[in-house]
Amino acid sequence: MVISSSRYDAEIARPEMSFSGWARWTWRQLTSMRTALILLLLLAIAAVPGSVFPQRSADPNGVTQYFDNYPDIAPALDAIQLFDVYTSSWFSAIYILLFISLIGCVVPRTGVHWKALRSIPPAAPKLFSRMPASISVQSSSKATGSKKNDFAELAEKLLRKQGYRVVRNGRAVSAERGYLRETGNLIFHFSLIGVLAAVGIGGGTSFSGQRVLVEGETFVNNLASYDSLSPGTFFNETMLRPFSVSLDKFEVDFDLKNRTNVGTPLDFRAFVSTRLSPDAEADRSVIRVNQPLEMPGANLYLTGNGYAPHITIRDADGNVTFAGANPFLPQDTSYTSLGVIKVPDVERQFGIIAFFYPTVDTLASGALTSIYPAPIDPLLTLNVYEGDLGLDKGVPQNVYALDTSTMKQVAGGKSGVKGLRLQLGQTADLPAGLGSVTFDSIKRFASLDVSYNPGGLWVLIFALLALAGVTTSLMVPRRRVWVRNTDEGFEVAALARGDDPVLEKIVVEVASELKQAAAPKKTRKK
Amino acid sequence: MVIVLNEGLSQISLIFIYAAMAFYTGAFLTFASHLSRLASEKKKVRTSATKLERAAIVVLAIGFAMHLVGVLLRGVAASRVPWANMYEFSITGALFVVMIYLVALKIKDVRLIATFVSGFVILILGAATSIFYVEVKSLMPALQSYWLVIHVTVAILATAFFNIAAALSIAYLLKTASWVQNSKRKVISNLRRVLDLFPSMETIERLAYRFNIIGFILWSFTLIAGAIWAERAWHRYWGWDTKEVWTFIIWTIYAGYLHANATRGWTGKRSAWLSVIGFLAILFNFTVVNLFFKGLHVYSGLK
Repeated sequence: MVISSSRYDAEIARPEMSFSGWARWTWRQLTSMRTALILLLLLAIAAVPGSVFPQRSADPNGVTQYFDNYPDIAPALDAIQLFDVYTSSWFSAIYILLFISLIGCVVPRTGVHWKALRSIPPAAPKLFSRMPASISVQSSSKATGSKKNDFAELAEKLLRKQGYRVVRNGRAVSAERGYLRETGNLIFHFSLIGVLAAVGIGGGTSFSGQRVLVEGETFVNNLASYDSLSPGTFFNETMLRPFSVSLDKFEVDFDLKNRTNVGTPLDFRAFVSTRLSPDAEADRSVIRVNQPLEMPGANLYLTGNGYAPHITIRDADGNVTFAGANPFLPQDTSYTSLGVIKVPDVERQFGIIAFFYPTVDTLASGALTSIYPAPIDPLLTLNVYEGDLGLDKGVPQNVYALDTSTMKQVAGGKSGVKGLRLQLGQTADLPAGLGSVTFDSIKRFASLDVSYNPGGLWVLIFALLALAGVTTSLMVPRRRVWVRNTDEGFEVAALARGDDPVLEKIVVEVASELKQAAAPKKTRKK
Repeated sequence: MVIVLNEGLSQISLIFIYAAMAFYTGAFLTFASHLSRLASEKKKVRTSATKLERAAIVVLAIGFAMHLVGVLLRGVAASRVPWANMYEFSITGALFVVMIYLVALKIKDVRLIATFVSGFVILILGAATSIFYVEVKSLMPALQSYWLVIHVTVAILATAFFNIAAALSIAYLLKTASWVQNSKRKVISNLRRVLDLFPSMETIERLAYRFNIIGFILWSFTLIAGAIWAERAWHRYWGWDTKEVWTFIIWTIYAGYLHANATRGWTGKRSAWLSVIGFLAILFNFTVVNLFFKGLHVYSGLK
């Protein structure tokens, strides 16, 4: 375009900064340590809002709730991606810049280090006393009249034995050690790139799905069987390998023995039978909270559980219109549970909002509550609503919610008819001639997460490499040591490259070891 | 599954924690009076102060012994590791701080921060016994894993190292602050004189750096171990849970601190500030995030 090109010309017309000069300057700024430091601090600050506002990735219900509670400001916050902080353009911008800066810094450093690895330690400085640590030792060779010791030669042997790279240069010896420090540093930074790549690529090929299974139900691994599924970008259906999982039994241990601990869950166990093909022998296994089940191409995790009371509903003529165990969602730690039953296939549709109390008790206010999570004295209460369930419109509906806005309450609440209360095995008549309802039995359900993330292993490998790298680079000291013969004896100097807490000690140690190494010769002369 | 909790033993444990607090308070007061004597202009008073310092260290060590018994008994009472809720994490964390400080005293001259460390430990234990206290409880299924031992022990250790580094950085900042350097007020000029008795600024800075790099390595390990555990328990290794977010923020701040130490213009005061800010983030992570932020790491046991 003409306009932009004339602008471009104006830019390069500046004598003091050509375009390539400007680009070089920008690149140098971006890859400088100071920029990396500022980007790191920016990243830390940018991560904070994600812990303050609910995030769609971690807590989607929280976001919905936030929109309900603050309808005025929520859309504005959403516009600046405060509910998707970690995928937001500004958060991404910071970490992408940080990684560009990182690459721009470590690639040239790798070259420099490669050369340093194959070069000899630099020659001894003129004035040892100018070095951060130095010592000058007077040898007693004159006093004993013995031949003068060649301390440079002794130092060469000694330092080489201690793992230094050593070069002799006339009267002086130069030595360097701790090349691993920079190697570790570079490994650390390259591994971080590896972590980022593995997270990105692994995330694309991953998937995570949820399925609620009531005791006796079977899950077959195909798309239709999932209650919900969040696939990565490159997910396709063929990644779901064939297998089935049946929940045979779900067991929970609650503490009843210890006073301070009553009702606390001690263990959850989902007993399952798995099959790799419909006519294969079933394998039996147990899924627990910290013990997922490994299946081909997916792991199954136990993420939740609750009650699913089995209910049978008959119409006025005694025909069964509903029979089943719907999962009820636990509302508190004593498993007061809320469930919904919809009866669509009758002349007058109706729905039920039900509460299940595993061990029921009455509060002073008259309200019911559960006081213990296991079914010691279970009670089911039902509020009945008559009217169109809206199931025929083809719009997907939440099975855990009943939209009562267009329905008429016929039992419970302000309907004038008391809500129904059923103990285990009891039957009661439904109001308004809708028939009867029976509380047959109590089943349990398990919420299972079916997840696959092939990048996870690579993330771990790179993370461990990074940890090893950073530990090496922070713990291995890099230092140069010089030893030189003097007329009176010898001198030692050392220079640390980076942090080295024992530099002075090293100088003294090298000096005393050199003296010791020189000593046996003298005894032999005697 | 049956679990036996020993309530009586947990009461005895609490008594030991209170006893430790009493000894720590004694140590704190003795360290403080040692410092105030050091500020004296009379030479005799100053020389007598050395004895006080030695006595204070002994009292601190006795407090540590009580504290250790208290923590161990709590673990025995619950028949598991004593760090499954905020109260237990606090008492164990404070124990690690004192332990590492006592070990550090043997190796390096870190006497300068004795008052700060003992005072801070009293604060942690005070908050633990008054605000965070819960009766002994069993482990929820999500916590029943050997990762509870690995992940949390290393997290506590890292926190303790960062804590001592932050104390050194505060001492460094005090020493270099212009209001301390130039003030003519008697209290502050006394403070200046006391600070001058302790190791040089460079030594303090280097010591803080040593503690922080160990803390950083341990914190990196905590993060990785946490991710491995999360993969087992929550089906994903990283999910930006509030606690994960803050673990990441803290890691990033200390990564910044490490870079600051290699950047001209950022060593000294600025890096000392980063060390203090990093530790404030840890405190924030432990208190505000635990108690007020929604997330999966809900283990305070408080209602």
